[in-house]
Amino acid sequence: MDKASLPGHTTATAPTATVGSVAVGMHGIEKRFGAVRANQGVNLNVATATIHGIVGENGAGKSTLMSVLYGMYQADAGRIAINGAAATIHNADDAIALGIGMVHQHFMLVDTLSVLDNIMLGAEPHWLLSRADKATRGQLRDLMQRTGLHLDLDSLVRDLAVGDRQRLEIIKALHRGANILILDEPTAVLTPQETAQLFEVLRGLRARGTTLIIITHKLKEVMGLCDAVTVMRAGEVVADMPIAQATLEILAEAMVGRKVHIGRDGSVGVQDGAVLLQASGIGVQDALGVARLRQLDITLRAGEIVGAAGVSGNGQSELLDVLAGLLSPDSGELQVMAQTFNSADWLDPKTARQLGIAHVPEDRHARALVMAFAAWESAVLGYGHLTSYTTGGWMHHSAMRTATRDMMEAFDVRPRNTELQSSHFSGGNQQKLVLARELGQAPTILLVGQPTRGVDVGAIEFIYAQLRAMRDAGCAVLVVSSELDEILALASRVIVMNNGRVTGELAIDDCNETNLGLLMTAENV
Amino acid sequence: MSNTNMPKWAELVVLPIVCLAVALAVAGVVVALIGQDPMEVLSFLIYGALGTARGVSYTLYYTTTFIFTGLAVAVAFHGGLFNIGGEGQAIMGGLGTGLVALWLSPYLPAWLLLPLMLVVGAAFGMLWAAVPGYLQAYRGSHVVITTIMFNFIASSVLVYLLVNHLRPVGTMSVESVPFEPSANLPRMHEALAWLGIEWPASPLNTSLFIALAAAVAVYLFLWRSKAGYNVRAVGSSASAAEYAGINAKRHIVLAMAVSGALAGMVGMNEIAGVSGKLLLEFVSGAGFTGIAVALMGRNHPVGIVFASLLFGALFQGGAEVAFEVKGFSRDMVVLMQGLVVLFSGAMIYVIAPWVAKPLNAVLNLFGAAHAKGA
Repeated sequence: MDKASLPGHTTATAPTATVGSVAVGMHGIEKRFGAVRANQGVNLNVATATIHGIVGENGAGKSTLMSVLYGMYQADAGRIAINGAAATIHNADDAIALGIGMVHQHFMLVDTLSVLDNIMLGAEPHWLLSRADKATRGQLRDLMQRTGLHLDLDSLVRDLAVGDRQRLEIIKALHRGANILILDEPTAVLTPQETAQLFEVLRGLRARGTTLIIITHKLKEVMGLCDAVTVMRAGEVVADMPIAQATLEILAEAMVGRKVHIGRDGSVGVQDGAVLLQASGIGVQDALGVARLRQLDITLRAGEIVGAAGVSGNGQSELLDVLAGLLSPDSGELQVMAQTFNSADWLDPKTARQLGIAHVPEDRHARALVMAFAAWESAVLGYGHLTSYTTGGWMHHSAMRTATRDMMEAFDVRPRNTELQSSHFSGGNQQKLVLARELGQAPTILLVGQPTRGVDVGAIEFIYAQLRAMRDAGCAVLVVSSELDEILALASRVIVMNNGRVTGELAIDDCNETNLGLLMTAENV
Repeated sequence: MSNTNMPKWAELVVLPIVCLAVALAVAGVVVALIGQDPMEVLSFLIYGALGTARGVSYTLYYTTTFIFTGLAVAVAFHGGLFNIGGEGQAIMGGLGTGLVALWLSPYLPAWLLLPLMLVVGAAFGMLWAAVPGYLQAYRGSHVVITTIMFNFIASSVLVYLLVNHLRPVGTMSVESVPFEPSANLPRMHEALAWLGIEWPASPLNTSLFIALAAAVAVYLFLWRSKAGYNVRAVGSSASAAEYAGINAKRHIVLAMAVSGALAGMVGMNEIAGVSGKLLLEFVSGAGFTGIAVALMGRNHPVGIVFASLLFGALFQGGAEVAFEVKGFSRDMVVLMQGLVVLFSGAMIYVIAPWVAKPLNAVLNLFGAAHAKGA
């Protein structure tokens, strides 16, 4: 993939008004948690008015480093200089006073308050709210004018789209005087269009002299947006270069420590396998009466991977839940394994598993694992009915632990500690554990939501290989992903979802980013 | 849960001891402020609770009730439910135990009657908790509210029955007639006498063994049975439980039912073991103390047994201090108990970093071997 074809890429480089001056200098940062050395002698230099990417796998230490900069952690050793002056940062207030702002991956907003109230919260200029309101309103009008970031100050946060919420977070930081802005995984929750808009905003801020640090593991975004990039692995900086010297391959290899291949492989699976699952006329309304799925039909065949592409929130999640038995549709019919279900008597998750449907849910934290459970307890979730695990209501702990150990071995889950709490594994290792559990009982139908969300590059390659192996073993696989690259790398056949409908179905060879993008975003469907 | 990097053993052993010490130190300051000698009070407290066979017996008698109510709170907690209704469930359990004893003690032998009293007492407590459980699961009425309400109802039901139906004609005191001897659980000193061991008479009775067996049963239920696994899954993550095909509603009712059954067994200690008749106020706040016990025992049966022992010792030792030290009222005892709950329950994560830092420094001195194991 060459740089010029990246969405939203512009060839303009940073303004050079303050060439050479360093906004953020971190030298020899050490931070350990117990026996874990999260940062080891990390050096970071970010030039003023540039966009600096920090990439690395989960657990590489990039978030720790930024938390040290933002005052949430204290470094065990090392020096920090902000705009050339030595700084000690004990807490976030110190950081804000130094002009450092942070936009967290999970937004820190009060849903029931207005945009204005959220911006003022904790920084009210006057104890009388009406005065504070007035003063802040004036300041914000100037700020919005200057930055081109516009938001309706009086709308409630809960009514804002995700992209607007992020914009709000940015305005909030700028309003508090940030000229160094840290963004943690800013595009994780954004649609491609929102991502493009965000990048425009960030470039605009850079042009006005704001220094931006972006934590991410999406390398294409780094290539398209950043001026310089620092790669971290296992708590150390392994590469640090201006973007002109970087390529996707160099960065990926630096992150993982070996060569990786995550594009398409040769085979695309069988074309005309037996139909294993057929759903027709599926309609789902949410609690507010809004239609989430409209008369949707889908067929899954043995030996193929169906990729469901679409902008998040167009019914993909509901489709997965319906097929997995977690959500009863209001209309429609499902045929699976010679059994027919209708909307009045839909299958439940237990029945689904017994029929050979395995489900890797989109939301790993809420659904796939019980975060408070030990790894082995999470590794049997949903499979308590297996006779090898239980007899007469009693669980066989040793059998469960052995099975978990085997899963960890087969799917390279690290650390190989069956007793470790599920929440203490990194995202990639959690996902591998879930996949190991779901693939372990040789399902005939596999439903996968966002297979690699929050997963690092090294694990992505492995997960793709596992999904392809299931396909080759004759399983019908449905992959829902908001990453177009992922769909293109995995699918045999692609369906595009838009506004609760399937708006297009294409063989993989007919797909490209342009025609899929058009189907995903077409209006009036 | 905590962000302190402490080895597990330190979190389970060192931390509670430090918390207890802090609580006692603060209590000591208060004692000094009212003009008493803290060391004198403390020595009376410890001696009164643990210094004599009689003191130990009373301590264990209190412990028994706290184990039941503490386990009750813990089981509900693992199901994600805060059962405030241990008090009412214990009252209803005692009522069930007492009614069986009143009606059947003339006819049934002890070996048949006592198990029956246990089962009916547990069943009464179970029902009294299952109703709020059902309302929570299927109607969304919050279990904290409903169980509090049920406490009032239970205590009123008991008063009504005692005053209007169970009180013998012509007596003024609000209590039933004494049970026949077959309904009395053997006292510990009687049981020990059969074994040829001499032990002073005390309210301590063999229901202590029922309590310890209940602790083992709770462990087996929560961590060894599929139903317990399901309860914990529902309690930790309702959405993950749904994904796993676990019926959350049914397991909420189950957790409350088991919780109520445990609280309902209090009657075996207080009614069958001690009073030998049905009376008012036999629970007297133990249902609420159970919350503190569960908190301190980290909702684990082993922790709960030890926390119950501590609270039993505080009750007995406190009573002894109030008796021995002039000007030291029962209210001071309650204050000390409150401080223990405050520091070992609510403040544990405030104290944890203070413990972690010096502890880790010491561990590092002895080499990194420990830290690696953590």
